[in-house]
Amino acid sequence: MSVFLEAYGLVKKYGDFTAVKGISFDIKEGEIFSLLGPNGAGKTTTISMLSTLYTPTSGDASIGGHSITKNPMAVKQVIGVIPQEIALYEDLTARENLIFWGQMYGLSGQALTSRVDEVLEQIGLIDKAKNKVKTYSGGMKRRVNIGVGLLHKPRLLFMDEPTVGIDPQSRRAILDTVKDLNKAGMTVLYTTHYMEEAQEISDRVGIIDHGELIAIGTQKELTQQVGQTETLVLHIGENEDSKALANSLGDVKDVLEAIAGNQEVSVITYEAEAVLAPVVTMANERGIKIRSIDIREPNLEAVFLQLTGRALRD
Amino acid sequence: MLKTILIGLKDLKLMFRDRAALVFMLLAPFLLTIGMGFVTGRFSGGSSGLSDIPVIIVNLDNEQLGNALADIFSSEELANLMEPAESSGPEEARRLIDEDQAAAAVIIPEGFTRSIIPAGGTSTGEGLIQPGPVKIEVYTNPSRPLSAGVVKAIVDEFVSRVEEGRIAGLTSISGLIQAGLLDPQNAESEARALFQNGNQIENSAITLRTNQEGAEAIEFDILAYMAPGMALLFLMYTVSYGGRSILAERSQGTLPRLLVSPTSTGQVLGGKVLGIFLTGAAQVGILILASTIFFGVKWGDTLGLIVLILAAVFGATGWGMLITALARTPAQIASIGSTLMLIFGVLGGSFIDLQQMPSML
Repeated sequence: MSVFLEAYGLVKKYGDFTAVKGISFDIKEGEIFSLLGPNGAGKTTTISMLSTLYTPTSGDASIGGHSITKNPMAVKQVIGVIPQEIALYEDLTARENLIFWGQMYGLSGQALTSRVDEVLEQIGLIDKAKNKVKTYSGGMKRRVNIGVGLLHKPRLLFMDEPTVGIDPQSRRAILDTVKDLNKAGMTVLYTTHYMEEAQEISDRVGIIDHGELIAIGTQKELTQQVGQTETLVLHIGENEDSKALANSLGDVKDVLEAIAGNQEVSVITYEAEAVLAPVVTMANERGIKIRSIDIREPNLEAVFLQLTGRALRD
Repeated sequence: MLKTILIGLKDLKLMFRDRAALVFMLLAPFLLTIGMGFVTGRFSGGSSGLSDIPVIIVNLDNEQLGNALADIFSSEELANLMEPAESSGPEEARRLIDEDQAAAAVIIPEGFTRSIIPAGGTSTGEGLIQPGPVKIEVYTNPSRPLSAGVVKAIVDEFVSRVEEGRIAGLTSISGLIQAGLLDPQNAESEARALFQNGNQIENSAITLRTNQEGAEAIEFDILAYMAPGMALLFLMYTVSYGGRSILAERSQGTLPRLLVSPTSTGQVLGGKVLGIFLTGAAQVGILILASTIFFGVKWGDTLGLIVLILAAVFGATGWGMLITALARTPAQIASIGSTLMLIFGVLGGSFIDLQQMPSML
């Protein structure tokens, strides 16, 4: 697969604050690449620079052979952007919205009408196309929001946290749509702070935190990168001292690391079952009541935890 | 260019689908104008908010022009508007005004006609250019500013017509002398003959124009005064609301979305400006049409009116963009726009007759 997007040293500063600190990565044609990171990690700023909305403070990127800083109009022709927020005109109908945005992408006449019908069919709103968007549910609005980004059949689609704040059914539909689009040959850059989404749809994942890309690769590569560890998560009461417990558990045999969280302690080990008994014993000796225990096999959450010392949702 | 027009039309469509905006754009000025019509008695059956204005005529001239002016006030065309009465002298007339018996007194001084049309032998060839004519006095009642204003407007119109005729005649004679076509010795008699002949023809024209076209123009219709004032006032609201849509689009994410489409910043900005302009023009157009249909307000020459509307909306659009540039949030635009709209509405005469304002304003 040839490289379709290549970013090198992208930096974005706002005064003294640096939102993105020299990110470099590439996306191959036909792949789904996810940027995984917590809120405020710099995902949206990165997409905003790549989609030419923001000018990078330094660095550049090439998309489809066009520089985002030197030839932004050519870049805009080959990308589609699905923003995090619903960016639609609520007093227009779904069809009117799609027609307007299609016109902004240079579509007109019969080609526009046909494409709008296709997209309405694709997002399952052909029967409600004449209703104003403001009468739609959140999930329906999300679907129109996605439809707008697909109108001109972009070669690279940017999807910025498209499942935030919607019901599980709509979320499932969006993830399936992303996979279908990818099967049809569309390259996708997907940002999320949901580890499960990144794991399910991505060919490769870049983990971003505090404006830095701290790891990149396939899920297998990333879990190998942090070692074949498992995580034992102890859920404790809200009045219990998680830091004190983490410090004590650090001395237990075969425990690689114990990390205190909010009402929980994560114990990193090569074999969770082997350390389960001594961990529980230590908690009892400390007088800390364990409410429940989870065993997590290596995943991107664990990778993030290992790399940053924090859980993704923190 | 096409995208600019499409963005402008989209904004026009959105504005006319926003019920709250429609209330302020169309309903509020319409209702306010109707309210003013009721308050001023415009809908009580008369053709005008003002009628039977008592005016005192003191004609000390008793010659051609003085009589013509007095006749205007008692003409059939102004029968509903004016209620003229004669008085024996200026002092008596002023006393009646001071006692609030009438809205104004028109005092035509002795020699008014002679100051414009000199009698034979009173002027030499060199003295063809007469000293300024004797002034007509309009003594007004300050407690009836609108009625007095109408009287003054009629007199001004008459004097203006007479002055036009006098200057045209003098210019013609001077031209003939300079071209050697007229002997300066005969200038006075020719001028008087020309003026008097012309006046016989023009006099009827002056009277006719004053009574018909002039009377229409000076007939004071409170709705004709309020309707444009309200239209312009709420145009200011519309343009600031339109400016607010730029910031609203930014906060609702459609502006960034436009900017990541293959649409230049200039096209987007141009489209937004066009949208404000189209909305403003549509608003004023609808208000004018409604005031014509429902209130019978006469707006004058159609082409001139269209040019005036477009110029006013163009200026207002710039105003809206200026407020938008100064504000950071849609709420700021709303507060700044409303405040300035009311201040300029008062200063511009949208609410009250500017003649009642202090002279410094």
